[in-house]
Amino acid sequence: MSDSSLTFIDELESEAIYILREVSAKFKNPTIMFSGGKDSITLIHLAKKAFYPQKIPFTLLHVDTGHNFPEAICRRDSLVDELEVDLIVAKVQNTIDLGRVKEEQGENATRNSLQIRTLLDAIKDRDIDCAIGGARRDEEKSRAKERFFSHRNRNGEWDPKNQRPELWNLFNGAYHQGEHFRVFPISNWTELDIWQYIEREKIQLPSLYFAHEREVVKRNNSWIPFSDFIKLGADEKIERKKIRFRTLGDITITGGIESNADTVEEIVQEVAAMRQTERGNRIDDKRSETAMEDRKRLGYF
Amino acid sequence: MESQLLRFTTAGSVDNGKSTLIGRLLYDSKSIFEDQLKSVEEISRRTAGGDLNLALFTDGLRDEVEAGITIDVAYRYFATPHRKFIIADAPGHIEFTRNMVTAASTTDTILIIVDAKQGITEQTKRHTFIASLLNLSNVVVCVNKMDLVDWNEGVYKSILTDFYKLTSQLQLPNLQFIPISALKGDNVVNGSDQMNWYSGSTLISLLETLPLDSKLCNVPARFPIQLLLDAGDRKVVAGRVEGGLLFVGDEITASPSGSTGIIESINIDGIEILSASGRMSISIGLSREMDVQRGDILTHSSKLLRLSDKFDAMLCWLSDVDSSIETTYDLQLGTTNESASIQQIHHKIDVNSFKSYVDKKPLSMNDICKVEISLVKEIAFDAYSDNQATGSFILIDKRTNATVAAGMIL
Repeated sequence: MSDSSLTFIDELESEAIYILREVSAKFKNPTIMFSGGKDSITLIHLAKKAFYPQKIPFTLLHVDTGHNFPEAICRRDSLVDELEVDLIVAKVQNTIDLGRVKEEQGENATRNSLQIRTLLDAIKDRDIDCAIGGARRDEEKSRAKERFFSHRNRNGEWDPKNQRPELWNLFNGAYHQGEHFRVFPISNWTELDIWQYIEREKIQLPSLYFAHEREVVKRNNSWIPFSDFIKLGADEKIERKKIRFRTLGDITITGGIESNADTVEEIVQEVAAMRQTERGNRIDDKRSETAMEDRKRLGYF
Repeated sequence: MESQLLRFTTAGSVDNGKSTLIGRLLYDSKSIFEDQLKSVEEISRRTAGGDLNLALFTDGLRDEVEAGITIDVAYRYFATPHRKFIIADAPGHIEFTRNMVTAASTTDTILIIVDAKQGITEQTKRHTFIASLLNLSNVVVCVNKMDLVDWNEGVYKSILTDFYKLTSQLQLPNLQFIPISALKGDNVVNGSDQMNWYSGSTLISLLETLPLDSKLCNVPARFPIQLLLDAGDRKVVAGRVEGGLLFVGDEITASPSGSTGIIESINIDGIEILSASGRMSISIGLSREMDVQRGDILTHSSKLLRLSDKFDAMLCWLSDVDSSIETTYDLQLGTTNESASIQQIHHKIDVNSFKSYVDKKPLSMNDICKVEISLVKEIAFDAYSDNQATGSFILIDKRTNATVAAGMIL
């Protein structure tokens, strides 16, 4: 329902705050899945507003692949200090060491899909009944059908055919022992909405989102940042480019775009004129037409 | 002025070009990214003999790519310089009426797509009935595939006439018609050279100018409490204004608890404001003696809610498990949850003829009916036609936790 007195950004903000408050009322042990990226930082900003003057009544959960951008970790830690929330770091390395998953091999190896196990283990071990995420429906086509309150079975799996219908603003968060929910308060936001909101609210982001010079490697048509975790292929070389990132994931698979936009205002302009989808530079989505959907069924973010 | 948001849903049967229309809206409003376009071009080459298959822009999950039909409610986003749009796309397949009710419940505008060659079908009637049942403000009838009837004005006019006849017994506040061809693009985003007899606006300019819901301001104020916030020695509640206007200093009552007091402050993110209106998420500082909890609804003391442990409602059954008189459901209305049962089925409605008939059999998937709901305790509510947020509810099966029904209080 639209109201004639609110702008679209006010309305999206109000909707997200409403959902965050419903989570707090309906679940015993909710956590915010925190990646250091702009969507989860925006989510935390919204949570701060939703519960003011109270502290945010959620923990933060960071699934750490070990392949991090140092700037993202830095922003994570400053937020934790500022908001006085508990941070849970679930390390993919531990899951590998326990023999629960096997590291991928080869030049395109990533720890991206290994995160699923680490995340589900953390949810189970800590009795988390709701993991709040910054996923948006405009990001990827299988996400276009995602609910605000998304039910996961005991194995953490998502069944797109067996989702609860969501009517009006009534969210059914009932679950059986061992099951959990994923909740996505900014489902209805687009990439441009996020940037306009970041501009309006003056939200601090890791410097990686802004154009900067960096050593990169061209891989699958994206500029992948050179790091200790990258093995160069025979015909690959390190170049220096002025780039910025549109999404922040595992450092081994997050591609940058060439850009001169180094302020939020310039990025808003750039995104408004953008001709490529945001996840177009994510190697993990390029594996097949349904790569994201396949991972989601298994319990991905 | 910053732009505003219009949410709309689309309804049409499998073959009348609904997905193509959405694809056309996205494509012509330049909301398709190059990489999406490339992937649709590739699939089109493989499957559709090379022509760009616009419907593929809205087809999402693997099952529907394989089955060639959409299976669930999907959400799409696009914007023009004047407005932002969220499309809740409901599938047109007959089994999925419940998905249409679901999609329509989050919007107040519906596009009903009619195939110019077929005219009004049972599907059209069903969609129109649901629009009326859910009390949607704007109904836009898109007469599609005008290219297949030689852009003939007579065909369009006779569909209009049939539609008016059909809806004479229904409540549809703002009804609009547009002749279009989603495939060719006529009157969607761009105008038409083929239908000079039509002088109305294109679909996109209509969507940009449809009145946004004004029902919210002119109704009594409603504030369902979501949470009590920890604010030291002050009493602060969080929630969203679901209609009406609240001012600092107003005398208020919490229902059903009955506690009364004064609004001492209104806050957004720590900033004090003097008043709040529809759909704003705010926090309210209350007189300290007020005894309130989640589930209470704050209203002006002169404009109270109804209080009862039973009411009549229109119910749409969503589950493949039939209803049962013996079952106790969890009824969720706003931020209230209470145990409830279906006391009586007054009648069911044939959505194709809009006629009611008596049928005492349990409710099954897609049934729409008038029932009496009885609760174990009194709750506070409005009629759905007076306030959507305080007049709508869902029923949850306590055993499976499934959402089994959507209800609108009469």
